[in-house]
Amino acid sequence: MTRTTLAAILIAAPFAAQAQELNFYNWSDYIAEDTIPNFEAETGTNVNYDVFDSNEVVEAKLLAGSTGYDLVVPSLEFMARQAQAGVFQPIDRTKIPNYDNLDPEIMRIVSANDEGNTFGIPWMMYSVGPGYNVDMVTQRLGEDANIDSWSIVFDPENAEKLADCGIALLDSPTEMTAAALNYLGLDPTSEDAGDLEQATELLTSIRPHIRYFHSSQYINDLANGDICLAIGYSGDILQAKDRAADSGNGVDIRYVIPEEGAQLGFDMLAIPADAPNPDAAHAFIDHFLRPEVTAAISDAVFYANANREATELVADEVRTDPGIYPPEATLQKMYSAKPHSARYDRALTRAWTSLKTGL
Amino acid sequence: MRRLVAALPLMWLGLFFLVPFLVLLRISVSEPAIAQPPYLPLFEWADGLLTMTLNLGNYIFLAEDPLYLFSYLSSLKIAAVSTLIALLLGYPMAYAIARAPTGRRNLLLMLVILPFWTSFLLRVYAWIGLLKANGLVNNVLLWLGVIDQPLVILQTDFAVYLGIVYTYLPFMILPLYATLSKMDGDLLEAAADLGARPAVTFLTVTLPLSMPGVLAGSMLVFIPAVGEYVIPALLGGPGTLMIGSVLWNEFFLNRDWPVAAAVAIVMVLVLALPITLLRRIQAQEES
Repeated sequence: MTRTTLAAILIAAPFAAQAQELNFYNWSDYIAEDTIPNFEAETGTNVNYDVFDSNEVVEAKLLAGSTGYDLVVPSLEFMARQAQAGVFQPIDRTKIPNYDNLDPEIMRIVSANDEGNTFGIPWMMYSVGPGYNVDMVTQRLGEDANIDSWSIVFDPENAEKLADCGIALLDSPTEMTAAALNYLGLDPTSEDAGDLEQATELLTSIRPHIRYFHSSQYINDLANGDICLAIGYSGDILQAKDRAADSGNGVDIRYVIPEEGAQLGFDMLAIPADAPNPDAAHAFIDHFLRPEVTAAISDAVFYANANREATELVADEVRTDPGIYPPEATLQKMYSAKPHSARYDRALTRAWTSLKTGL
Repeated sequence: MRRLVAALPLMWLGLFFLVPFLVLLRISVSEPAIAQPPYLPLFEWADGLLTMTLNLGNYIFLAEDPLYLFSYLSSLKIAAVSTLIALLLGYPMAYAIARAPTGRRNLLLMLVILPFWTSFLLRVYAWIGLLKANGLVNNVLLWLGVIDQPLVILQTDFAVYLGIVYTYLPFMILPLYATLSKMDGDLLEAAADLGARPAVTFLTVTLPLSMPGVLAGSMLVFIPAVGEYVIPALLGGPGTLMIGSVLWNEFFLNRDWPVAAAVAIVMVLVLALPITLLRRIQAQEES
């Protein structure tokens, strides 16, 4: 036994008698390696950490009730609807001294979907855009092609040229349709049937050139060179870039927020109404909001955070990457999702099925 | 005591089939809502009156959109073709095991069961590694010079058939083996003595005697294959249409538990009707 682990046990020992539990349900690949161990060592709380890779699965669990989780991380537009169903308890700010570290401007944007910032604390922020294999794409589209635009995939001519090296789209009707609407110059949050038809038409025109629709598989495939372009989440694509660089396989991945803009999203820490250990959940949120803890997570997962005090602690390569921390001019063109009406969700899913299967 | 033993399977069926089926049936005639759980209650007390709202609209909805009919048909087709392939592959294997010397027979049976020692999910994931563009199959073929461009195998219907046949083949082999190993070898000798060629013997003696095994194996492959979700989701392409993924969409993307429940109820009926019919035909033949 090393001296440090012995020390950790000695420090933790006095708390062991009143050991707390925390059941934390987070996205996969979305935390620093030492976040949980540090929190456990410091507070003596025993953390059960569990992961998911789709908002829909979390939502189904939450709506069924009695999940046993104390802390979950749905995306903002999902959290909004779940809160409406009465799934969450309000965040008690008196238990979170570090609450003031949150950037008020970001909290204002978030409050559009979480009135008064009642139920959620931003965990990380993401954008949805194209990530690609630089060599394969320039080889097929030519040196002077504009690869900072959504036309890299939404222009059928480009998609056709990239079909042989593999294009993957997110299997998410919400995010893909919003991107198509935005590219067409329409309101990305529109629920208008005519707009949906136009967006589906655009997606249908590139459909023959799409290899697959999936929401996490593209990370490995991009890194290994099995596909050359994926529409995905910013940090996931940057993790693929990182993995490719680590393996030294010569694959060079790039993520850009296209000049037409992209969806800006928030994943939110929220506490279920029936959480068995709400105190532990609040304690973890407070721990997370320490600038050095938040910064370490951003460094590990390549996502931006909403902690104003953490920004200067984030590594330079992450903080200055415009794909992670978009500059002011880019930020102006970004849009957020809104929760859909049930009727629109049905129309959207139906359009998505017909896009994928032709029925 | 004997009555208790006889009641056990019924209790099992009641607890793990009938009760969940009734719960599903009850959700399928409800209406979706933004609530926890996300559908409206069936019974409501208002002004001292108990009212029950039955909403059959979900079933009418399934009939109106051809998507559902096509998904059921496509699932049945994929399951039927997979069952046939598994039968054609599994029969000779089961036959060879049944005819093998006793010592080797146990080893061969062991080899059939061996894949179950690893998780089903891991084995399907392993196929992704084998079939992908940069995978083992393509690399070997490229190295041998058989092809000069990687074949697109993953994310096709072919990969789905491969996955289903691979996964369910043991369920075909085991019941076939059970009937074939019990078959009396003297019957074959008698047929040969009377001048029947091996092919005739097989068609007139072996095959008819092994029909119970053929039926049991086919059921064990066909029924789970119809509702298969994981294999098409991991190996299939976006165009692979199966009722499992339609159900997923209703439940997770549309959050419409009532329609999802209706899809599931119809699937049970689609499966139960032909099987009951088959049983009846079988019973008639036996009597």
